Amino acid sequence: MKKEYYLGVDIGSISTKGVIIDNMNNIIADDYLWTEGNPIEAVKKLINSLYKQAGDVNIVGVGTTGSARYLIGKILNATVIKNEITAHAIGTMSLIPDVKTIIEIGGQDSKIILIDKGIVIDYAMNTICAAGTGAFLSSQAKRLGVNIEDFGEIALKSKNCPKLSARCSVFAESDLVHKLQMGYKKEDVIRGLCNAIVSNYLNNVAKGKRIKPKIVFQGGVSKNIGVKKAFEEQLGEEVITIDKGHLMGALGIALIAKKSDSRINFDFNIKDYNFKTVGMECNGCANNCEIVSVYKNDEIIDQYGNKCERGIYNR
Amino acid sequence: MKKVISFPNFGNYYIPLKTFLSKITKCKVITAPKNTKKTLELGSKYSPDFVCLPFKYTLGNYLESIECGANVLVQAGGGCRYGYYGEIQDKILKDLDYDITFINLMENGSFSLIKFYKSAKRLNPNLSFINFIHNVLITLTAFICMDKMDHYVRANSKYEINKGTLNKIKSRFLDFIPNNFSIIKMIRLYKRNKQDMKFNIDKKINKSTIKIGLIGELFSLIEKSSSYNIEEYLMNRGIEVKRYTDITYLLIGKRFNERKILNKSKRYAKYKLGADSSDNIAHAIELAELGFDGIIHLKPFSCSPEINTVPILQRVSEDYDIPVLFLTFDSQYAKGAVDTRIEAFIDMLIMRKENNLNEERILSRS
Repeated sequence: MKKEYYLGVDIGSISTKGVIIDNMNNIIADDYLWTEGNPIEAVKKLINSLYKQAGDVNIVGVGTTGSARYLIGKILNATVIKNEITAHAIGTMSLIPDVKTIIEIGGQDSKIILIDKGIVIDYAMNTICAAGTGAFLSSQAKRLGVNIEDFGEIALKSKNCPKLSARCSVFAESDLVHKLQMGYKKEDVIRGLCNAIVSNYLNNVAKGKRIKPKIVFQGGVSKNIGVKKAFEEQLGEEVITIDKGHLMGALGIALIAKKSDSRINFDFNIKDYNFKTVGMECNGCANNCEIVSVYKNDEIIDQYGNKCERGIYNR
Repeated sequence: MKKVISFPNFGNYYIPLKTFLSKITKCKVITAPKNTKKTLELGSKYSPDFVCLPFKYTLGNYLESIECGANVLVQAGGGCRYGYYGEIQDKILKDLDYDITFINLMENGSFSLIKFYKSAKRLNPNLSFINFIHNVLITLTAFICMDKMDHYVRANSKYEINKGTLNKIKSRFLDFIPNNFSIIKMIRLYKRNKQDMKFNIDKKINKSTIKIGLIGELFSLIEKSSSYNIEEYLMNRGIEVKRYTDITYLLIGKRFNERKILNKSKRYAKYKLGADSSDNIAHAIELAELGFDGIIHLKPFSCSPEINTVPILQRVSEDYDIPVLFLTFDSQYAKGAVDTRIEAFIDMLIMRKENNLNEERILSRS
């Protein structure tokens, strides 16, 4: 019998992550690339890269998660489509079984997941504010003329850190400009920004949650060592970042796909197909639902976004 | 000019309300078009940006009803900012140069039945007080029957033999309300349909699904279009739902339960917190004691009584070990974000439940 493999894809707002795992939960191929506002192209590139690493393996389960999970799930013919909270928790627990708190800051949302005895007992996601932390950081890096990858290193150089307003990213930004114009050094302002992000997170997302060690910090922002340091300072606990922290969602959804019963024969040729999406407004009633139709080689494979039966399947 | 009456959408209660208003005023009554995106857009356009969501929806309802020919508008009120809706909406509509009569049923901060009677009498001079009260009682009966039926559907939809039958029976019941507008007929109608429902469920199936309690602000709970139909979403997934807040509770139950509520929430709040805050705390505790798996708390953006409840509910959640999901609805909120949160919440509750069952099994074995 051929060996069975599972594919997990996590399509976030900023980056697209994918892994292939085998029966023993070993990652045999993984990749991480920018979504660049085009999830379909990003996934095609991802599948291509995974194909090059793993070869033509027999994939029997496919899971998708992240904000574009429905669209990509339809395209990849996924066996499971699950939200990223469950996926992240399961992925992280498979590597660090005794994790108690997962701090996750991504491009568009931040969340906290509390785990006890191997199950998720509570979680919270940013409500109205604290959104777009990763996106905010990268736009500020651009303003300051530094590479987002070097952001954390620069922050560590700072010896004296100004207090930036952390209430909201709009205030943080104007405060940041103000501090720069006052004559603060760039590295000090960057460190202040890292601190502001952490206190915003602790005051908004993690409000009222008991943060117990072991604490794992993941998501794109976890690559920023300055933010990690700021978390350790403010929590007074050690914060662990995993090398493959950015892959946890993809790994988790691959594990869920493995656990679920449904099986498919995954076809790597998907990378050569021509996918097209058409968004339209249904004018059936005053709701004006935005319906998205997904085409595979000019053949309609799915439509979604409608609130009622009206307006579906009419091109 | 012929008077045409209209009132804002509030769940399914428009059905008896429409009949009631036409009986007592003898005028034409139209219902506002169903809440859609356009309703909210219209309402938001003329509302202060930071006002709570129900204000925007109800103002949108008025504007759409006026388009359909209404010229007499009715607004009720409650114990929070809701009590001021009528006056402000009246002013906004007058500022927009609409020639309308606005009937505000609030007087000195509380709902006044006498004022209601006087306003109705102005529209229909032949209305006697006895006749008015008689119709009020019929409407209350209709409300109670509807709420009881809703309650039954929420608790039993997971036992349905064929998916959707309970809701079908319910909507048939709702259709028959206007033609059975008397106390005895209403009760008979209710009993007949309830019996019908009992034949369509089988208590042996789906015993172990999770149970979720819905608490929070009344408009988000009752006018489901303002909170993305969360209740239906949960019931469609075979989850048992319990919701205390309905019009029967608000009009009758609340008055008689005040002592009990304060007693129950004593540990967290010594005094009454205004609007439905104390009720929600007490209900959260009760849900935990009843063995519910989780609680979803709904509120519109900037609803101050419910914002007060949030930190207390976080304590309740910790003390009673029951997860609470807080959702806030606004005119600018994305559906995707709500879906992700609810989906994750349900996943978590299922995982917790399975884990608890496993632990029990291990304990009973040893």
